[in-house]
Amino acid sequence: MDGTEAKHLSLEDIHRAAGAKFGAFAGWSMPLTYPAGVMKEHLHTREHAGLFDISHMKLFVVSGPDAAAFLSKACPIDAAALSERQSKLSFFLSDEAGILDDLIITRLGAERFMVVCNAGNAAADEAHMRELAEGFSVEIEPLDRVFLALQGPEAASALEKAGVGTSGLVFMNGMEPRPGWFMSRSGYTGEDGFEIGLPEKDARDLVAKLFADGRVQWIGLAARDSLRLEAGLCLHGNDIDASTDPAAAALLWAIPKDLRETGAFIGADALRKATAEGPKEKRVGLKPEGRQPVRGGAPILDEAGRTVGRVTSGGFGPSAGHPVAMGYVAVALAKPGAAKLFAEVRGNLIPLSVHPLPFTPHRYFKG
Amino acid sequence: MSTTYYTEDHEWLTVEGGVATVGITDYAQEQLGDIVFVEAAEVGKTLSKGDAAVVVESVKAASDVYAPVDGEIVEANEALGSDPSLLNSAPTGAGWLWKMRLADEGQLAGLLDEAGYKKHIG
Repeated sequence: MDGTEAKHLSLEDIHRAAGAKFGAFAGWSMPLTYPAGVMKEHLHTREHAGLFDISHMKLFVVSGPDAAAFLSKACPIDAAALSERQSKLSFFLSDEAGILDDLIITRLGAERFMVVCNAGNAAADEAHMRELAEGFSVEIEPLDRVFLALQGPEAASALEKAGVGTSGLVFMNGMEPRPGWFMSRSGYTGEDGFEIGLPEKDARDLVAKLFADGRVQWIGLAARDSLRLEAGLCLHGNDIDASTDPAAAALLWAIPKDLRETGAFIGADALRKATAEGPKEKRVGLKPEGRQPVRGGAPILDEAGRTVGRVTSGGFGPSAGHPVAMGYVAVALAKPGAAKLFAEVRGNLIPLSVHPLPFTPHRYFKG
Repeated sequence: MSTTYYTEDHEWLTVEGGVATVGITDYAQEQLGDIVFVEAAEVGKTLSKGDAAVVVESVKAASDVYAPVDGEIVEANEALGSDPSLLNSAPTGAGWLWKMRLADEGQLAGLLDEAGYKKHIG
């Protein structure tokens, strides 16, 4: 936090009317929970359709003759090889291959891409892009949009009922269905769903239509966190940051093999070195025994009491029905059953084991 | 005859025969959200006013509950081990947290009564 006033959502009045409790996140005043509470909100999303206001996240249009070349320099991605509508998870890496931010990049046209950034990194990302853009014929345009996520098994039908066709989109597809709109079939819950950036007036209209459908409920940031944690998805600043590279973060799958070998993106040399040497530690899912949640920051110890890792995110998984966590452990211990591990919580040792991610199966719509 | 007192930290205590039953208020449980785990109070432990007595874990965060007065813990609410959600559904009844023998009943005078607590939470 830089001491400046928190930013407010354009739809804050709607959230207040819905009874939201607000809290600070990444410089924004955000709805944390609604009267139903985090547990019911979480389960509602997995069973029906949850609506999230994620306008704190930032959309950038990257366009121009060199747009693909620019993105392929800025990120470990072959942007020219993306087909229209295709979305990919990628990163801004430091020269040391540390993850400055994780992004979703979608090809919208021959020379037009959408980049979706995390709220807390948006300003740094924009400065980073502008600096790298020198010498490229490319325009970087931050968009002022309401950004909504509709997630859950009934998201597609609720959206269609509200008059927004899902346009044949499958998981990790995105497009501009109307002037000023960006819509992708993706999300942060492990469920089928959509993220829609749109002008405020259109957003108010869409929200009203969605709420005419009893299957849709507002979901706050607290349930967004428990949903993404069960789905094994990283939160930048917790599970990944400039000190973790994609190899340690178990995110190499997002970088095509040939690019890892021959790519000239920023951080390529350091990433090649890191993958050749092999990471010292690796991100894994962690299942604490019993009912007590283990939170980010807890050290992980082995049976001999040596520190062998750390928890980076943890809480209770309402769908899993038990505490869930993720964190980093020494590579030799980074598989289920490799060793007995403990997290230290307020002086107590809570036994925990490496658990495959996700904790709840992904249910993406792949066509 | 028992009397109920409140603290500005959103605890209540009902005192009878020198023993206080302690819990959190309805306002507090609402602020915490869905409780998933309660670390049981340690019977036999002597606490000073303001010491952390138990930790209550909601889906999102861990919160300390403090001893409202000096005393020794004489009983912990075992029912919370199997059903921590009692803290949400019955914070001033079946969801009590611990019982403590008061070291100094004079400290009770410094606590809020119901009207004072209602004023505190506005």
